[in-house]
Formats: sequence, structure tokens, C-alpha cells
Amino acid sequence: MSTLTQDQIAAHDEHHHGAPKGIMRWILTTNHKDIGTLYLWFSFIMFLTGGAMAMVIRAELFQPGLQLVEPNFFNQMTTVHGLIMVFGAVMPAFTGLANWLIPMMIGAPDMALPRMNNWSFWILPFAFTILLSSLFMEGGGPNFGWTFYAPLSTTYSPDSTALFVFSIHIMGISSIMGAINVIVTIVNLRAPGMTWMKLPLFVWTWLITAFLLIAVMPVLAGAVTMVLTDKFFGTSFFEAAGGGDPVMFQHIFWFFGHPEVYIMILPSFGIISAIVPAFSRKPLFGYASMVYATASIAILSFLVWAHHMFTTGMPVFAELFFMYCTMLIAVPTGVKVFNWVATMWRGSLSFETPMLFAVAFIILFTIGGFSGLMLAITPADFQYHDTYFVVAHFHYVLVTGAIFSIMAAAYYWLPKWTGHMYSERLGQWHFWCSVISVNVLFFPMHFLGLAGMPRRIPDYSIQFADVNQIVSIGGFAFGLSQLIFLVLVIKCIRGGEKAPAKPWEGSEGLEWTLPSPAPYHSFTTPPEVK
Amino acid sequence: MTTKHETYYVPAQSAWPIVGAIGLFLIAFGAGQFVTQLKSGNSGGGYILFAGIAVILFMLVGWFRTVIQESMTGLYSHQMDRSFRQGMSWFIFSEVMFFAAFFGALFYARMFAVPWLGGASNNAMTHEILWPNFEAVWPLLTTPDGTKTTAMPWNGLPLINTIVLLTSSVTLHFAHISLEKGKRSAIILWLGLTILLGISFLALQVAEYRHAYEEMGLTLTSGIYGNTFFLLTGFHGMHVTLGTIFLLVLFFRVLKGHFSVDKHFAFQAGSWYWHFVDVVWLCLFIFVYVL
Ligand code: HEM
Ligand SMILES: [Cu+2]
Repeated sequence: MSTLTQDQIAAHDEHHHGAPKGIMRWILTTNHKDIGTLYLWFSFIMFLTGGAMAMVIRAELFQPGLQLVEPNFFNQMTTVHGLIMVFGAVMPAFTGLANWLIPMMIGAPDMALPRMNNWSFWILPFAFTILLSSLFMEGGGPNFGWTFYAPLSTTYSPDSTALFVFSIHIMGISSIMGAINVIVTIVNLRAPGMTWMKLPLFVWTWLITAFLLIAVMPVLAGAVTMVLTDKFFGTSFFEAAGGGDPVMFQHIFWFFGHPEVYIMILPSFGIISAIVPAFSRKPLFGYASMVYATASIAILSFLVWAHHMFTTGMPVFAELFFMYCTMLIAVPTGVKVFNWVATMWRGSLSFETPMLFAVAFIILFTIGGFSGLMLAITPADFQYHDTYFVVAHFHYVLVTGAIFSIMAAAYYWLPKWTGHMYSERLGQWHFWCSVISVNVLFFPMHFLGLAGMPRRIPDYSIQFADVNQIVSIGGFAFGLSQLIFLVLVIKCIRGGEKAPAKPWEGSEGLEWTLPSPAPYHSFTTPPEVK
Repeated sequence: MTTKHETYYVPAQSAWPIVGAIGLFLIAFGAGQFVTQLKSGNSGGGYILFAGIAVILFMLVGWFRTVIQESMTGLYSHQMDRSFRQGMSWFIFSEVMFFAAFFGALFYARMFAVPWLGGASNNAMTHEILWPNFEAVWPLLTTPDGTKTTAMPWNGLPLINTIVLLTSSVTLHFAHISLEKGKRSAIILWLGLTILLGISFLALQVAEYRHAYEEMGLTLTSGIYGNTFFLLTGFHGMHVTLGTIFLLVLFFRVLKGHFSVDKHFAFQAGSWYWHFVDVVWLCLFIFVYVL
């Protein structure tokens, strides 16, 4: 397939049915690129909103004692920060990338169910409006942590819990529809010759992520439903006095929750597996093993949930079972890290911004994986559980893992999306500011945790003061650094050096056969894949 | 825009999704307000909730009408048909997982929570200190804090309902076979019968609930037995209601002659959904009533 014919098709397309104008374009759109763009902007706005809440948290924790906010408001900030980052920032960002990239990568014109695609997106702004508005209700917003353990979320929760529950319900509907769309698109719209073992890894990882989403989002819906009936309709699922058990809540929640953390990392694996080969100018090492590793991680992720509950007094057999299964997950994860490093081995490397983020991902995500292994050791977890060590762990895997991979993806594909090259100078600034500040922010948290500082507490003992101050400074710096990215993206959309169809010499995949910016309808005739 | 390559159909802009999103917003916000206001006796949330449901119904009618028109005018290829089918299957899988959460709660309560409160496994002291008089049995008729209730026997209405629902799956299957053979009057007969059976099931369930509430003292608030009983059968009943509405729509479409021997995705989807609801009931009957 030559680029020329694509250009002609594109020109033809623009003429007949290019992008409509005005605001209605975005509201009524059925176009995977428009919807992808909406998801990405929504995610970025949520990232800044959740980030602002993190700034409140870090400002309060700058010094011991209660300085700025009430403890109850502090709890609302940690809760809503977590909910927004998980459901509003990371997940929609991945769905946005899926929308933009999957049809282009598999040679399709669009997603398989374009109208449902629009519906999935537009539910989200409403869902988060409800969630955020609950902060202004009498009694305050959700203050029980993003994990909403009973009885904090039942007996002791504010009235606004009902709004929290229903907003989670509609977020779940959105995620499930998005996931169904992804699966159906990948299964049915692959170009002729695009066999399973030729799929780009981003497509593979998203396929498996979508399966996880459909399997566990309904379980989350069940959990919030039982919280609702316990709080408002007199049931006692999570109350021993009626024959229920608060620990049962944790089982149901983490049956969702652990696969959920893989939902937030598997697409990252796909992104890194696209970027590392491109800037190493070598094919990916061990493609097939990557696919199998992803699948085994997904399967194992259903068998490890109780590693979040080692201290709840489970029978010893359960403690051991979940400990060993958790450690087993490190094997396929290790395979992946090994393959990325092996891909770089003796490659002719260059370090443009996407590659910088990708390399930082590999190193820092691995640190998060190691602290995860430490937490997986049951007896050790009795010490670490509910301390800042856990906070450090999941921020390494989520911020320097998931978010860094999303940043890497944005830099890598921005030229394809906008038709312009981004400013490499600003990109380098963004990377170095982020990577330094993020480590100042999260690395010392390991030590705070090991020394016994509990998480989700607005005040702390005096001996933690110095380290908390360093952490807060890192936090403010990291928050500010993200504004560089905002400026960079806006500049890149507005103009800049014209991007060729394939701006990175080492990159592979069908999306680079399309001109930059990609035409409104990706492949109106399926390309032949050899 | 399908002129260039017939296998791809990308619908033009559509207003239905945003209508749907607004509908869900009203439902979620209204339900949230409604539930919060239960205690204070205010209303307002309820109206928003009903407005939301109305908007969603409006959206469903409009959206499906568009899809039906597109399908009747032959815009859809085999690929679209496959996409719809697979989409429906995955939707049903998500429903399976939704019920799995509640069945999980039932199993956990029966196998762990209740026995542990009675001192099983390593919980001797829990029992001794919290509720030493508590007896761990299932169905749990006396909760630790002393709420009493009675168990719903399986061999009355529930057994009849099981037979009704199983029969309805068979009649629906006959309707499907008739459709594939193109026998119109047979379809109408079997499908109509299925709908009647569905409605009877619901009517009997209402009778069962009234019996439970008014005569047996078995309510949503009577401890973990009542909780799991009503949540599981209640959500199942909601699904039967939706399924019956689905079948009704199919019935009218059959009357209008919308389906052909080889193109009847909607019929297929409706029948999958009905069989799924039926299987859930079987699990319910076994684990909630009999065992
Ligand atoms: C080698 C892989 C991993 C292992 C062995 C592991 C292990 C663990 C363990 C044992 C805990 C519970 C700690 C405690 O509460 O005491 C935990 C918490 C957590 N992990 Fe991981 N983890 C791994 C990877 C990941 C990844 C990839 C993510 C997300 C992208 C993630 C996200 C989280 C989160 C969010 C929590 C905290 C949840 C909360 O209590 O709020 N983990 N991890
Ligand atoms: Cu986990």
C-alpha cells in the first residue's frame, strides 16, 4: 500500500465527509479519532483535577499538626484523588489511546460500534460531575478511601454515598461498553492478513485488558450495590450483627481491585513494547513470549486478590495460597522487563522524549514491582500494610508506570495525531523535571513507611517531619512540571514543524503508513498485510 | 459512505448516544438524591429518576428504530452482524459477572461468615466474646443480634416458577426453530406463549414476595438470609422484566415481518438473553431455595 493512494483517499474523504464543524462535531461524533481526542482531553483535565487534590494533601502534610484543612476534608481529598486518578485519569487515557490507535493499527476504518463508542465517552463527564458535586453536599463527599471499605462506607459514611454509588455504576457502564467495543473491533475488523500473531502488542494488551474490564467492572457494581443497600435499605451484608462480614466486602472489592490494577498497566506494556523497538531500531525481542506473558498475568490476576488482606485474619492456608500466587505474577512480569532490555541490547539507541519516558518506565516500574514483591511476603506485609510503603509501591507502578507510559505514548503518536512535531526541547524539559521530582516525591515514602508512618492520616509524629517536607516539595515540583506538557501539547496542536507520515525511522506498524495528521476515516479500504 | 468498500459501514453523526448519556446522568443523580431523601421524607430525586428513565426509553426507541431502518435497508454486512452478536455475548458475560458478585456473597456468607460467627475455623473467641448464644445454621433464621425470620420453602411457588421459566425457554426455542423454517404463525404462537409464561413468572414472584413480607416475616432486612434472598431474586426479577419487554418488542417486529430466515440478529439476541436469565434462575433455585 503506497502512501500516495492513501493521500488520494484522504483527500477524497475530506471532501465528502471530513470533520464537521463546531461544537456539535464533538457531541454527536461517531469518529474514533474525535472520540479518542475527547477521552484524552477528559483524562488530562481529570489528571489536573486529581492533581490539585494531591497538592492539598501534600500541603497539609508539609508539616506535622493540622494546618490547612479539617481531617474530614483531608479524607475526602485522599478518597476523591484516588477515585479520579484511577477512573478519571488513567482508565480514560488508555481508552482514548485505544480509540485513536487500534483502528489504525489493525487497518480498520473505525471502531466496530461507533455510536456506542460515543455513548461510552459522554457518560464519563456526567459521572464525574456527580462525583465531584457530592463534595459540596451537606455532610461532605466520600471520605472512606478509594477502596471504600465497609463499615467506613456504610455505617460511618456521609449521605452523599448514594451519589458516589450511582456515579460508580455509570462509570462501570461506560467502561464495559468501551471494552466490548475494543474486543469486537479487534476480533472483526482486522485487515486481511493481520493474523493474531502479527497484531501490535498494544492491540494484544488492550484485548486482554478489555476482557478483564468486562469480567470485573460488574463485580465492582455488585460491591457498590451492597454498600448502598447496607447503608440505606437495612441489609447487613457487611455487618456481623446480621450474619454478614465486613471482610466479605474486602474480598468482593479486591476481586475487582486486583484485576483493576492490571487493567491500568497492561496497555502500558503494549505502549512500551511499541516505543522501545522504535528507538532501538531493532525488532522487539520475544514477541510471542510477550503475548503469553500478558495472558498469564491476566489469568493470575484473578487468583491474588487477598494479598491486600493479609492482616484481616484469614486462615493460614489462604495467606499462603495468595502469597505464592502473587509471587508467581512476578515471573511473567520479569519476562517482559527482560524482553525490553534485550530489545535495547546492542540496538542503535536514540533518546527522544518518548524513549526517555519508556526507559524511565522500565526502571521505575521495576522498582514498583520489587516493592510489590516485598509486600507479597505475608509476614513482612504485617509490618508494611497500610503504611506509606504501600503508597510508595502503588505510586511507582501507577505514576512512573501507567502515567509515564501514557506520556510516552502521547509524545510518540502526537505527530500522527496533530500533523506537527512537538517541541523536543520542551519535551526534554518535561521529562527531566518529571523524572527527578517524581523520585523526590515517591522514593522517600518507602522510608516513611518502613519507619511506620500510616497512610491516609492528616497529621503525623514529629520524627517524620523532615522526610515529609522533602516529599511535599517533590510533589509540588511534579505537579508544576505537568504544566510544561500542557503548553507543549497546545503548541503542537497549533502548529510546528510539519510531521512526515513516519517521523520515527525505527517505528513499525500500519498507523505510520497513513499520512500525518491521519485522515478523518482511517482505512476506508483495508490494507493488505503481508 | 459505504460505496468504496462494502464491508465497512461507519454510521454518520448521531444524537442518540448523548441523549442516552443525559438519561443515565438523570437516573444516577436522581436515584442518588432519591435514596438520600428516603430518611428525610423529601421527594424530588424521584422525579429526576423517572425523568431519566423516560429519557432512556425514548433513546432506546429512537436508537433501535435507526438501527432497524439501517438493517432493513441492507446497510449491514456480515461483519456488522458478527460485531452485534459478539457484542451481545460479551454483554451477557458482564451480566454473568454481575450475578457472580451476589452469588459470591451468598457462598461467602454460607461457607465462611456464618460458620465463623459460630466459632468455626480459628474463630472460637469471636464466638465466645461477641455472641456466645449464636447458632450457625443455614438458612440463618436468627441473626446474631436476634432478628428472627422464616425460610422460604422451595416446593411451593418457587417450584412452579421454575417449571414456568424452564418451559418458557423451551417455547422460545420452538419459536426460534419456526423462525429458521420461516413458519410465521408458529413463531407468533410460540413467542406469544413465551411472553405469557414470562409474565406469569413475574406475577407469581410478586405473590411470593407478598407472602414473604406479610405472612412469613421474611424481608430485605431480616439478616443475611433475607438480604441474599431478596437481592438475588430481585435482580433476577428485574432481568426477567427486561427480558419480557425485549420479547414483546420482538413480537411486534415479527408481526411487522421484520425478520427473515437468515437475518434475525435481534431475535437471536433476545433469545440468548432469555436463556441466560433462565440459567441464572436455575442456579438461584438450587442455591437459594433448595440447598
Ligand atoms: C510484581 C507485581 C506486583 C506485586 C507483587 C504487587 C503486590 C502488592 C501487594 C501485596 C499489595 C498490598 C499491600 C498492602 O496493602 O499491604 C499491593 C498494593 C497495591 N498495588 Fe501492587 N503489586 C504488583 C504490581 C502492581 C501494579 C502493576 C499495580 C498497578 C498498576 C499495582 C497497584 C497497587 C495498588 C493501587 C495497591 C494499593 C491498593 C490500596 O490499598 O489502596 N501493583 N501490591
Ligand atoms: Cu493487588
